[in-house]
Amino acid sequence: MELSNISISGLIILVIACLLVIALMVVNAIVMVYAERKGAGFIQRRPGPYEVGPWGTLQPVVDSMKLLGKQIFVPSNVDFFLFFAAPVLAFFPVLLLFLPIPFGPFLTALKVPDGIVLILAFAGFGLLANLLAGYASNNKYGVLGAGRAVSQGVAYEIPMILALLAVVFQTGSMNLSEIVEAQGRWPWSWNILCQPLAFFIYLVTLVAETNRAPFDLPEGESELTAGFHTEYSGMGFALFFLAEYANMLLVSFVCATFFLGGYKGPVLDGFWWTFIKAYLVMMFIVWIRWTFPRVRFDQLLNINWKWLLPLSILNLWITAVVVNFIGK
Amino acid sequence: MSNFSFLNPFGVLDEPGTYMGDFYSHNFSKKAKEGTVILNLGPQHPSTHGVLRVLVELYGEYVMRSEPVLGYLHRSHEKMAEHKTAYGFLPNMGRVDYLNAIGWNWAYAASCEQLAGIQVPERAEYLRVISAELNRISSHLVWWGAFVLDLGAFTPILYAFDDREDLCDILQRVTGSRLTMNYFRFGGVGADGDERFFRLIREFIPRMRERLKMYRALVTDNVILRRRLEGIGSMDADMCLRYGATGPILRAAGVRRDVRKAIPYGIYDRFDYEIPVADRCDNFGRYWVRVEEIEQSLRIVEQAVAQIPEGKHIVDKAPKPAWKIPAGESVFSVEGARGEISVHVISDGGKSPYRVKLRAPGFSNLALFAEAAEGTLLADAIATLGSLDLVIPEIDR
Repeated sequence: MELSNISISGLIILVIACLLVIALMVVNAIVMVYAERKGAGFIQRRPGPYEVGPWGTLQPVVDSMKLLGKQIFVPSNVDFFLFFAAPVLAFFPVLLLFLPIPFGPFLTALKVPDGIVLILAFAGFGLLANLLAGYASNNKYGVLGAGRAVSQGVAYEIPMILALLAVVFQTGSMNLSEIVEAQGRWPWSWNILCQPLAFFIYLVTLVAETNRAPFDLPEGESELTAGFHTEYSGMGFALFFLAEYANMLLVSFVCATFFLGGYKGPVLDGFWWTFIKAYLVMMFIVWIRWTFPRVRFDQLLNINWKWLLPLSILNLWITAVVVNFIGK
Repeated sequence: MSNFSFLNPFGVLDEPGTYMGDFYSHNFSKKAKEGTVILNLGPQHPSTHGVLRVLVELYGEYVMRSEPVLGYLHRSHEKMAEHKTAYGFLPNMGRVDYLNAIGWNWAYAASCEQLAGIQVPERAEYLRVISAELNRISSHLVWWGAFVLDLGAFTPILYAFDDREDLCDILQRVTGSRLTMNYFRFGGVGADGDERFFRLIREFIPRMRERLKMYRALVTDNVILRRRLEGIGSMDADMCLRYGATGPILRAAGVRRDVRKAIPYGIYDRFDYEIPVADRCDNFGRYWVRVEEIEQSLRIVEQAVAQIPEGKHIVDKAPKPAWKIPAGESVFSVEGARGEISVHVISDGGKSPYRVKLRAPGFSNLALFAEAAEGTLLADAIATLGSLDLVIPEIDR
């Protein structure tokens, strides 16, 4: 779909979709803050939040109120424009990324033929936001975190793309809806079975792309206090936080679409299957965050360049050969 | 005046080669090289465990030089000793090293007892060993959790504190406090252990052993942890001896030196236990030695609880609060959780000791950091700092 071809009704749908995506991002952040803290509590054998509301369910709401009410502290000698542009830049591109995702059979906001290209292209913006945040805040920890964020993000994008490409080769389409349609209803007909290596590589890069432990080096607390967002408080911090959870949700949706059959399920296809699968991936991310220590930076890059990249190329090559000579 | 700021009104201080920072960092920054960044870790940094400040010169993320800056928690304990009675100084010992209060209790009490020639009853000796070893376990548990936290794993510290909670409950029965314990008296201990105290210990030992198995499976054998620790932060025997390092750091460098075996004090010669020694010199060696020490301490406590005789927990006619130490001088060393604790008491027979010198193991251990961290990555330097098991109040005293 060319941009000039968008009709009025298409535009209205797009606006409604954007509003729904913003609502999804906010609700997701609230749900995930609660789920993550309760999940951490379960892993660490403690109750987690339980004071505010029934079983502590209102804790994320109270937290967001606190963040709204906090002073936005601006350190001296910051690059004022970039300092405030960075959180916004982290938050808004994520909006666009949700549009091509097929949530249900008829629930796709932007039916583009090259949906995955759009997602991968705009996913890089988050990286830029991290770089700007670290650079603009006039803080050595921030600069170190920004440097880490860039080299990590650039490195891990490559195997991620190659892993997804293998599925694209297999399906013969970059359209996310067609990729889902090519998979069956039952787990053994999903792509995870014929592309296990791609799934594994994607799972590792997904954690690294969203800067989550054990690859949370850009904000590695014990080394860089808070990395690129050291100097952000109040809503500036909240936007980074929101963007982090939205990014997690996005990569989980992509994972569900590409490898886990998307909206297809054993009974009654629909958007609920997409959400169930995506949130299972999210809980997996939460689980490993509270289990593993952080890797060192050179180890992080070694894992990528020495293992994931050759493996993903090999996987892509094998897929290409199989698709070409044996057929789909 | 392009670089004008209120903190730096003349704009000349930031130029390389000129004075920058405070008195301590003066020499450090003078030699800052082109292309490097001086980073101030602490005093409020998540990984400096309190108020240690470390200046590091970074080239990229490599630590070129580093210098620990002390003195943010100096409370003049040694000077306080000169103004309090010998008895009144006992509670200070729990505050010198808040994680290993009993070790310091023992060093000071025994030093004064040695000077005055006071004999400690048999039961009190056993209670001393039990409390000291339990305190060693709790100190190592806190270190273990905090160290793994430095490596980025958040969960283990909560498990460690769960176990430590049991230990606090046990020690609270006899000492009355959970952190800054003041248990020892001249000629014995403050309170006798009751039936519940011993029952709690007997329940704790098998439970802790099960937990240690779990920690080994979950944390020690974790591949990320191994890769982060093995071969990093080398401190060999020669270096340890040069700086006067003691305790697990020295034993991780292959030197079998433990005051409990080298100069047996109390009744340590009656128990069957081993001194864990690693010959690796790296962060993992220090990690391994401390985790093994928890097991050995459990063994000692198990034997002590089984053998403890009936009797008094403190001598008759034990020194009263106004007691004056006889004139003279004595040094007593004990093996604390962090290394060799020595207390040197000099008395002129007056109301308070003439001089008390506290030899804190952490102070010497910290001295190894600058050399060991040189040339490593920032993340490794922080792991090395964590492996030294620093307790800042003890270093600053």
